[in-house]
Amino acid sequence: MERPFLARNPSVLWFLLGLAMFTIGVTVLSEAAGLGLVSTSFLKTLGKTLCLCLVAIAMDVVWGYCGILSLGHFAFFGIGGYAIGMWLMHARTEGIVLPTLQAAPLPPTPQEITDAIGNQIFGVVGSSEFPALWAFSHSLTLQLLAVVLVPGLLALVFGWLAFRSRVTGVYLSILTQAMTLALSLYFFQNDTGLRGNNGLSGLQNIPGLEHRSQAEVSLWFFWASALALALGYVLFAAVVSGRFGSVIRAIRDNEARVRFLGYHVEHYKLFVFTLTAMVAGIAGALYYPQAGIINPGEIAPIASIYLAVWVAIGGRGRLYGAVIGATLVSLLSSWFTGGSAPDINLGLYVIRWTDWWLVLLGLSFVLVTLFLPKGIGGLFDRLVRKGDAP
Amino acid sequence: MSTLLEVSGVSVTFDGFRAINNLSIQIAEPELRAVIGPNGAGKTTFMDIVTGKTRPDEGRVIFGEKSVSLLGLSESRIAQAGIGRKFQKPTVFEAQTVRENIRLALKDTRGPLDVLIGRKARDSEDRIRAISDEIGLTEALDRMAGSLSHGQKQWLEIGMLLAQDPRLLLVDEPAAGMTPAEREHTTDLLVRAARTRAVVVVEHDMEFVRRLNCKVTVLHEGSVLAEGSLDHVTGNQDVIDVYLGR
Repeated sequence: MERPFLARNPSVLWFLLGLAMFTIGVTVLSEAAGLGLVSTSFLKTLGKTLCLCLVAIAMDVVWGYCGILSLGHFAFFGIGGYAIGMWLMHARTEGIVLPTLQAAPLPPTPQEITDAIGNQIFGVVGSSEFPALWAFSHSLTLQLLAVVLVPGLLALVFGWLAFRSRVTGVYLSILTQAMTLALSLYFFQNDTGLRGNNGLSGLQNIPGLEHRSQAEVSLWFFWASALALALGYVLFAAVVSGRFGSVIRAIRDNEARVRFLGYHVEHYKLFVFTLTAMVAGIAGALYYPQAGIINPGEIAPIASIYLAVWVAIGGRGRLYGAVIGATLVSLLSSWFTGGSAPDINLGLYVIRWTDWWLVLLGLSFVLVTLFLPKGIGGLFDRLVRKGDAP
Repeated sequence: MSTLLEVSGVSVTFDGFRAINNLSIQIAEPELRAVIGPNGAGKTTFMDIVTGKTRPDEGRVIFGEKSVSLLGLSESRIAQAGIGRKFQKPTVFEAQTVRENIRLALKDTRGPLDVLIGRKARDSEDRIRAISDEIGLTEALDRMAGSLSHGQKQWLEIGMLLAQDPRLLLVDEPAAGMTPAEREHTTDLLVRAARTRAVVVVEHDMEFVRRLNCKVTVLHEGSVLAEGSLDHVTGNQDVIDVYLGR
C-alpha cells in the first residue's frame, strides 16, 4: 500500500522537529533576540553550517541516491553566491557613491553614477567599466533568478552533453571536476569581470538594512538558512521516496536494466543533476552574505571534493546522514583550523592542528570507509532496527 | 496468428568476428519459441539486437502490425514499444523490496515529471498483487529482493517482465541454476505467458526445452541451422553434427 508521505519518511518529521528546536534554541541564546550567549560570529558560523547542510543533502541526492559522483556541486554553490554578491556589491556601492555625487553642485547624470559605481567596484582590477556579466546587477529580482537559473542552466547543458554520451562512473566525476576547475580559473581572471582573485566582498552589509545591527541581520539570515534547509529537506525527501526515488536508486544500482524497463535514464539523471544544482545555488546565495566574502578559491575543485567527503562520512543514501556529515566536519574544520584547538607539544615536535587537520580528516575518511561503510548515519539505522526488533 | 517480430538478413561483426551472419527469424503472436544452439552461436547477440543494445551492420528488424523498424530506437523506446527482456543472470534491484521492483516494471508513465508528481495508477496495487500471486512471491512483497533465493529472483524478474505487459518477451536461460521443482514452476509461468503474447526462450538445457513443448530454432555460427519441433530438429543431421561434435 502507498502510505502517506510522512509515514514513509519518518526521518522528515524528526529532522524538522530537531531543526525547529535548534533554531529556537539558538535564537533564545543569540545577542539580538535573547541572552547573548551565542556570539554573532558564532551565529554566522551556525547559519553558514545550515547552508552547507543544504548543499550536502543536494549532493546526497545526486550521489547517494542517483549514483552520480558529481565533483561540481560546490561550483554551483559558489555561482549562487556570486549571483547574489553582484547585486549586494552594486546596491551597496550605489548607496555609498550617490550621497557624495548628489552633494556636488550639478546633479549627476546616470552615466556619471554608473561610472562612479563601476570605479568603486572594479578599481581593484584596474577598470571602471561594468562588464557584460553585471548587466542585471542593479536588479535584486533578476539576480535572485540568476541564483537559481545560472547553476540550473549550466547543469542542464553540461549534464545533457555528458549523460547523452553515456559518460558514467569515475569518468563522469573527472568531467565534473574539469568543469569545476575551468570555472574557478575563469572566475580567477581579471578579464572575466568578477574582480579576479579579490572576489566580491562586503557582502555582509545588506543594502537597505544599514541601520540594523549585524547581530540582527545575522539572525535573520540564520532563520532564512534554517527555513531553506527545512524546505530543501522536504523537497528532497519527496524526490527520493515513492516511485521516482525507486527509479533513481535503480539507476544507481543498474542503469542498463532500468533502460530495458523503458525508462529514459538520461532524462532522470539530468533532472536530478539540474534540480540539485539549483538548490546548491540557493544554498550558496544564503551562505556568502553570512560569510561576507566570496572569491574564486571557494569554487576550486577541492571544495567539491570536501562536499563528497562530508556526505561519505555522514552516510550516503540517507538525507540526515549528509546533514550529520556536513555539520560535524565543517564545524570541526573551523574549530581545528581557526586556531581554537590547542596545539600538542611533543617536546621534539609541536602538532599544530592548522597543519594536521587535513591529515586527521583524511584519516577519518579512510576509517569511516573501512569500518562504517554506511557512514555515521548508518549507526542510526542500526539503532532503529534494534528498536524495531520484537 | 500474425507475425509480430521479423528479423531479416541481419549481420553483426565484432572486431572481424561475425557474431550474426545473415540471420532471419519470424516470431508470431501469440507464440512460444525456444532458441537453442552451442556457445557462440549468437543467441545473446540476437537478443541484444532486438532490444537495441547492439546495432547490426545490415539487415532489418521490424516489429508490430505497423511494421516499426527497431534499428533506430533507443533501448528505452524499444522497451516502451512492448519488448521485455530477462537477462541470463537475474538482475533485480537487490536494495529494493519485491513490491518496488514490480512497481518499477509496471506498465505506467515513464517520464521523470509524470513519475514524480503524476497521479498514481489507482489499480497499481491490484496489479502488483496479481503478478506476485502469479510468480508466488506475495508473501515476500515487503522483503528486500537481495534476500530472495536464486530461483525466487528469477521469478521476480519474470514477474517484472509480466508487469511491463510486453507483446514480446525475450528470456535468456530462465532455468539456469534452478532445482527441478523450480524449473517446473518456471515452465508453467512461461507457457502461461505465451498464451497471450510472444515469448522467446533462449536455453541450453534440452530437457527444459522439451518441457516447453514448442517450436525450436537452432542457431549456429550466427544463422539459423534448423527450425521445427524439437524431435524434428534433433533428428536433423546438421544439428547432430554441431551438437555432438564433428
